[in-house]
Amino acid sequence: MTLELYRIDDRLIHGQVVVGWGQPLDIGFIVLVDDLVAEAEWEQDLYRMGVPPEMDLYFHSTSDAITALPKYRSDPRPGILLTGDIATMRRLVDDGGVDTVNVGGIHSRAGRVQRLRYVFLSPDEERALRELSARGAVVTAQDVPGARPVSLSDILAGNEP
Amino acid sequence: MSSDATPSADRPHPRAIVAGHGEFAAGLVSAVQQITGRGDQLIPVAVYSLGVEDIESLLRKKMLEADVHVIFTDLQAGSCTMASRRILRGRDDAVLIAGINLPTLLDFVFTEGKTAPEAARHAAERGRAAITVHGAGA
Repeated sequence: MTLELYRIDDRLIHGQVVVGWGQPLDIGFIVLVDDLVAEAEWEQDLYRMGVPPEMDLYFHSTSDAITALPKYRSDPRPGILLTGDIATMRRLVDDGGVDTVNVGGIHSRAGRVQRLRYVFLSPDEERALRELSARGAVVTAQDVPGARPVSLSDILAGNEP
Repeated sequence: MSSDATPSADRPHPRAIVAGHGEFAAGLVSAVQQITGRGDQLIPVAVYSLGVEDIESLLRKKMLEADVHVIFTDLQAGSCTMASRRILRGRDDAVLIAGINLPTLLDFVFTEGKTAPEAARHAAERGRAAITVHGAGA
């Protein structure tokens, strides 16, 4: 097995990830890549309490994650890698060999326009998603496993399935 | 505290927020109302499209507006639970109960003579004990 899902989700650890994806994929570990959380012990404790005891949770800064990725890819258990924003995932695509990106949740905020029920993008974020795709990553949006993946062009056109 | 939040005999003071996925909160509060007529003690909150900071702001605002010190949430891993834990950080006058069920809220709305956080802790025990199993699979 390997990392099954490279997900951008601004809620990071939450119900959809731990239960929605975690149970059907029989996820054994989650790699949370976030420069702020990697330095905040209290935040790490908070997220740890959100995962069941049989699931491991690892924290990395972006640069540490790039170094650690091969180790996680060869882990015998299925895993999920999470970033809270597009820019972090961009670095993992550029320098970590990530070639499929799941847009799981980028929520409402000032300056963002709604594209899907769970995807809101600023113009800069739209550009960043296009760049991920231009660099060869397959970008789709899918909040939960039972939903149909939405292509990047449909995300940007706001075509909700 | 605004005068709107003052308890009175004819308009009960809200005592807790209920927050969770989908229509979980509204559904549970409507069930409490149907069974007891005391649903107005609870403020249901849904957070469909919000990011974590906005969930935290919304819950904080609801707590302040209604002067409540209790938050009930549906799932330990949920965003509302995470946001509530951030709100409660460093506070000793408020409580979060995660993973609630209908019996939890029923006990809460009927518990009188305690502070709302005390009533919430009592209700959590009742809710935990209220799950029973019957039939196959033993």
